[in-house]
Amino acid sequence: MDRFSWTNSRTELNETYVIEQRGVRLYDGDEKAKLNVGTAFLTTHRLIWGDIKYEDSCLAFPLSQIIFIEEQAGGRGKSAKIVIHLHPAPENKEPGPYNNSKYSYIKLSFKEHGQIEFYRRLTEEMTLKRWENTPISKPISTGTGSQGGRTRAVGIVGIERKIEEKRKELDKNISEAFEDLSQLMVKAKEMVELSRSIANKIKDKQGDITEDETVRFKSYLLSMGIANPVTRETHGSGTHYHLQLSKQLGDMLQAPLELLSPEDLVNACKMFESLKLPLRLRVFDSGVMVVQLQSHSEEEMIASALDNVSEKGSLTAEEFAKLLGLSVLLSKERLLLAEKMGHLCRDDSVEGLRFYPNLF
Amino acid sequence: MCVASRKRLRGWTCFRTLSAVSTASTAMSFEWPWQYNFPPFFTLQPNVDTRQKQLAAWCSLALSYCRHHKLYTLDVMEAQESPVFNNKKIERKLSIEAIQVVFEELRKKGNLEWLDKNKSRCLVMWRRPEEWGKLIYQWVSKNGMVNSVFTLYELSNGDDTEGEDFHGLEEWMLLRSLQALQTEGKAEIITMDDGKGVKFF
Repeated sequence: MDRFSWTNSRTELNETYVIEQRGVRLYDGDEKAKLNVGTAFLTTHRLIWGDIKYEDSCLAFPLSQIIFIEEQAGGRGKSAKIVIHLHPAPENKEPGPYNNSKYSYIKLSFKEHGQIEFYRRLTEEMTLKRWENTPISKPISTGTGSQGGRTRAVGIVGIERKIEEKRKELDKNISEAFEDLSQLMVKAKEMVELSRSIANKIKDKQGDITEDETVRFKSYLLSMGIANPVTRETHGSGTHYHLQLSKQLGDMLQAPLELLSPEDLVNACKMFESLKLPLRLRVFDSGVMVVQLQSHSEEEMIASALDNVSEKGSLTAEEFAKLLGLSVLLSKERLLLAEKMGHLCRDDSVEGLRFYPNLF
Repeated sequence: MCVASRKRLRGWTCFRTLSAVSTASTAMSFEWPWQYNFPPFFTLQPNVDTRQKQLAAWCSLALSYCRHHKLYTLDVMEAQESPVFNNKKIERKLSIEAIQVVFEELRKKGNLEWLDKNKSRCLVMWRRPEEWGKLIYQWVSKNGMVNSVFTLYELSNGDDTEGEDFHGLEEWMLLRSLQALQTEGKAEIITMDDGKGVKFF
């Protein structure tokens, strides 16, 4: 913990935010640091930690200080952690919360999850080493209210500036991704080969695997984006559908981009309402997100689910999916929604999960 | 293991258990409620409102089954195999966890009492002691027997009480019912030479 220096939470010139995660507690080695639970910020240059209440008193150290990082899985009553092993602090390090420590590593404890994504991003930043390309204009500033080198932006100007920063960051991410494309291509090729071999195995073993399982597996393949003759028949959707959809989305977003990250897609979808488009992003309790027509109201979905189930007496998610021509995931969400509203009830047995009209 | 006979030898009580029940021995066959043949009935429902109705139906079924077969104790392990929690026709049965939930509901309503800390055996009171006490007292006053003294045996097994609902009531239950009356000041339990008795006021 003696590697940290006091700072405020503002980024310096050329430094951009990568990810933030709430609910993080710091550990000096194996001992809890005498600090509250706060928020961890990862930038292209530093790891910053702060208690939201005290914006101007954050802790940070440069990413270049990191030797290597490890993951520590959570368990009963214990949150997942990331262990960060650090080089000794340099002589000219700015003052921080600890003057010395017997440990050469710290831990971030994720009380509100987020460890997996944070670890992934941290690993990425350590691979990319973007701090080497664009050194920050001055060393980490000390934690007083003011900062040299950049005027504090408040009000509309501040918001505009933040939007501009985000856009610049997006541009930078994409151009960097393209630079590293060769590595990406290699990985992608492996994935495609794997999926293709699995798809073929399914085709060959058609007789042995139950239809139920096959439908499920095919839907997984589809959700991975593998357009395969095997799946196209069953589902009726395929690359053509996706092509149309993405064209529409592309027009909507007016982005001259060829690649769209999932985060951008989700954020774009969140703007449907404000753009007065007839589409909505809908998030289910389980976290599944779908884009649906605005006219597709919840009541309609539930009523139709109830009708279908009543007509057939009872339905499983797979049977329902077949009936409506939807993915198994989506049809299960509808059944669960109808159950939540009290219209359906469940029968869970060795035969599987089946939904009935709620006669109770 | 006693089966059909409800007459008891003096001082010797016998607990009828689920495994001892043979449906042929009961005069009227038990009528199952519609839920019994509805597969979801055997899955503990996640929807809170649905679950409340489901549990109410289970409590009612369990109690009426016990009442019909005059069962006073249940063993949880045996219960899982008994027809009440295991419908072989539709191949569905309540899980042990769900049975525990039903039993807990019954306990909260005052119809069940655990006999051991491990919660493996319990007393089932398909009529609560207060309710039994009321019936007994009604019979006593109707027959002008207030101020008389009875032995416990006379009450539960005497010829005079033949035909009454509480005829054949097991001693532990009878005792509790009389204790309930005692609390209300309507009776007093007395110890006699060869057992207990009760005086009604």
